[in-house]
Amino acid sequence: MSEAPDHRQVPVGGEWGLVSVAAGYVTLLVLVPLVALAVSVVHTGVGAVLIELWQPAARQAWLTSLLLAAIAVLINAPLGVIGGLVLVRHKFWGRRVLDVLVDLPLSVSPVMSGLAIIAVFGREGFMRPVLDVLSLQVTYAFPALVIATVFVTLPFVVREVGYVLTELGDSEELAAATLGASSWQTFWRVTLPKIRRGLGYGLSLTLARALGEFGAVLMVGGAIAGKTGTATTFIYAAFEERREGVAFGLALMLGLVSVLVLTAVESRHRVRKPL
Amino acid sequence: MSPEAAPAVLRPARQPLPWDEYLLRGLFGGELVLVVLVPLLALSALSLNGGVTGFVRAIVAPTALRALWLTLWTSLCAATINALLGTMLAWVLTRYRFFGRGLLAKVIDLPFSLPTLVAGVMIVALLGPQSWLGSVLTAMGMPIAYAAPGILIALLFVTLPIVVRAVEPVLLALDPAEEEAAAMLGASRLQTFRRVIFPSIRGAVLTGSIQTLARALAEFGAIVVVSGNIAGQTLMAPVYIYGEVEGGELGAASAVSTLLLLLAVVLLLLRKSLDTRVRRV
Repeated sequence: MSEAPDHRQVPVGGEWGLVSVAAGYVTLLVLVPLVALAVSVVHTGVGAVLIELWQPAARQAWLTSLLLAAIAVLINAPLGVIGGLVLVRHKFWGRRVLDVLVDLPLSVSPVMSGLAIIAVFGREGFMRPVLDVLSLQVTYAFPALVIATVFVTLPFVVREVGYVLTELGDSEELAAATLGASSWQTFWRVTLPKIRRGLGYGLSLTLARALGEFGAVLMVGGAIAGKTGTATTFIYAAFEERREGVAFGLALMLGLVSVLVLTAVESRHRVRKPL
Repeated sequence: MSPEAAPAVLRPARQPLPWDEYLLRGLFGGELVLVVLVPLLALSALSLNGGVTGFVRAIVAPTALRALWLTLWTSLCAATINALLGTMLAWVLTRYRFFGRGLLAKVIDLPFSLPTLVAGVMIVALLGPQSWLGSVLTAMGMPIAYAAPGILIALLFVTLPIVVRAVEPVLLALDPAEEEAAAMLGASRLQTFRRVIFPSIRGAVLTGSIQTLARALAEFGAIVVVSGNIAGQTLMAPVYIYGEVEGGELGAASAVSTLLLLLAVVLLLLRKSLDTRVRRV
């Protein structure tokens, strides 16, 4: 895709007013709260926050979040690529239904996602008899956290890979097939290198969302300290216990990690597109 | 060369559905059905455990109804404000060259990169009762955190990038020749915007606003720390759902969830149908 010519002009007269209002609004809404958080963390002391991070319950929460993020990446990488290929390249009955289903996890509240998982595996869930026979604990235990994380991160790789596939078309794949490549060879040699950028960005979105997911893991895990706590539920618990210093410090750290994950992978040439 | 001969030679003979295509569809379709469809259907089924009367009774319970109403009007406010300010931000980003434009674009994207719980904590750090500004405002009788204004600020924060991102590509793709022609024919700048530019971006503004509304209706992380969750006053529907599940009231929680789920599905389908129509133009 060729870059469109830049028609941007230096604002004149009243246009400066428009630019100032835009910059002022964004500064007040986003930057001022960010600075307020940073200032209150400095006020508490970064050292105190780091000590809190090393307490057993905090350690369990951080490690759980990292583990969940890793699992989400491992599951979403292959299935997301498959999903992107199926939605963009295949034509079949039911494709439109799958296309809507993929977007549902991002359209419903994380609280509803959590409750939906409880409706399957919880106390009154229809899978309960099966789980009892296998004596498996899902809700308020690690498996539910995994299911919730996979649920909320499912769309990212599918959508990013699908976006790249639509942009680049399939003429190279057809050329490869014409030259005698098998579909497997075409995938590894042509398609995968093409979609690498979309896959990378989709995975970084997955990683950031898995680390930052709150509502769904709170609902299905119950935020049991030292057992089903995650980075976010730990912050929330600290906040509820009026330990604002700890909550603010950990929130700032989580925010930094999340922004770093997303900017590290985001290519400078990436087109800004609708969310 | 006749046009119909070329594709027949270049395109490889299409085999009638090789097994690997079925396998891929089955894997992906199976994942979606198991992970997304079945749990959401189970949720809806759970809400009907007490029959239709039980469902209706759970919805019209005063606390639930108040929470739903509060969620609806604050979300509608957020969508309207974003439709206006988001379009303006997209306009400023795509039309003007000024110092700090790149930074402005990055800051607008920031809410999308931050976990929403962190967004809520940031707002409390600025406006909460423990903060300097919050204590001043409370003393003046205008508390923002733990009140409706705080809820609106949190919703505006987490949805900031949506309309901007929807409108920006459309503005960039506009042909400047059309605007120049309008100006040459004597149109004022306001007329040019209303008659030439607005008709082209209308679809994008609408899809962005619908997405903002859906996103605001679903918000939990930022809201739960900012709103104070006073039942009947500042309790938002997603927090109500959480509270009911904590209290063991799965019926009440699943009824409100199912209602919001239906709303979310309607908004998603609406956005998708608009999207395809906008793209086709």
